[in-house]
Amino acid sequence: MKTNLQVFCKGIVDVSPFMIPVVPFGLIFGILAIDIGFSPLATMGMSLIIFGGASQIVLIQLFSGGASSLIIISSVGAVNSRHLLYGAVISEHVSDLKLIWKIIISYFLIDQAFALSNQYFKKNQDKNKYFHLIGGGVTCWVIWQSSTALGIILGESIPEKLGLSFAVPLTFLALLVNDFRKITNVIVMITSGLVATLGYDYIPYKAYVIVAALAGLCVALILTKNKKNYD
Amino acid sequence: MTEWALIISCGLITFLTRFSMVALLKKEMFNDRVREVLSYVPTAIFPAIIFPAIFLDNSGSILIEDNPKILAAIIATGIGIFTRNIIATIFSGLASYWFLIFVV
Repeated sequence: MKTNLQVFCKGIVDVSPFMIPVVPFGLIFGILAIDIGFSPLATMGMSLIIFGGASQIVLIQLFSGGASSLIIISSVGAVNSRHLLYGAVISEHVSDLKLIWKIIISYFLIDQAFALSNQYFKKNQDKNKYFHLIGGGVTCWVIWQSSTALGIILGESIPEKLGLSFAVPLTFLALLVNDFRKITNVIVMITSGLVATLGYDYIPYKAYVIVAALAGLCVALILTKNKKNYD
Repeated sequence: MTEWALIISCGLITFLTRFSMVALLKKEMFNDRVREVLSYVPTAIFPAIIFPAIFLDNSGSILIEDNPKILAAIIATGIGIFTRNIIATIFSGLASYWFLIFVV
């Protein structure tokens, strides 16, 4: 059996190539949060406390649009609801661990670490395999915090004229690159996008993100059901 | 609600989405159908941020003509489909946007 440190390092090595896109994402978050008017401390606090890139951008985006706290919190919850799936998949591998380890693992249960550690867990049955997820999670944590900090520093010197807020839709677009070739996903994307755009002014309380996402999920529900029937 | 209370609440709900399922001992909490639909969450939610940021102006009205963001987003999507590369997608979009607003 490998030592804890070896498994931890394997996690770092496995997740590293996937850290390249995290850097511009963190930079953009830091720059925009400062641009919107968050203090450097609050910006850093979001990365430390929430530690979830997409949801942090949703937070500052809705905050700058004047949404209420309830809407912001539920939108953040909705964006992060995909983690329920990760947790459910991981739970069988960590069910014997102490509560404190479950808490630590949960804090580090982010997209990239989940994806790679899940593959590792399937191939390795060692008792200390969960150190792989912590290794990947800690790596992502360090990259995310330092790129946020760099964004905060740069944010104070970047002119508004550059239109960097356009980086937000581009970043989210980039997170969907693997969906563009699947017709079901494209239909879901267009449904959600149209509902959000057309409903922006009409859906109360800035709840357009949640309403559009639910509309998209309903379409996904219908389309995947039909697909099963044809198979 | 103060800024910090908001940040902490958002942190708490994020942690709960991660922790709640990890803490449950049951192996099969979700059936395949629920897993399948949950896997569509990013696909369903991200366009709700992407589309308004491209098609709406600062006042929230739909802006189609004279909107360089649309062409830049189309270019970024094309590059995304072609390369499947996150960084190439972001920077092709930003570069074409800057080209359209500063050069053209």
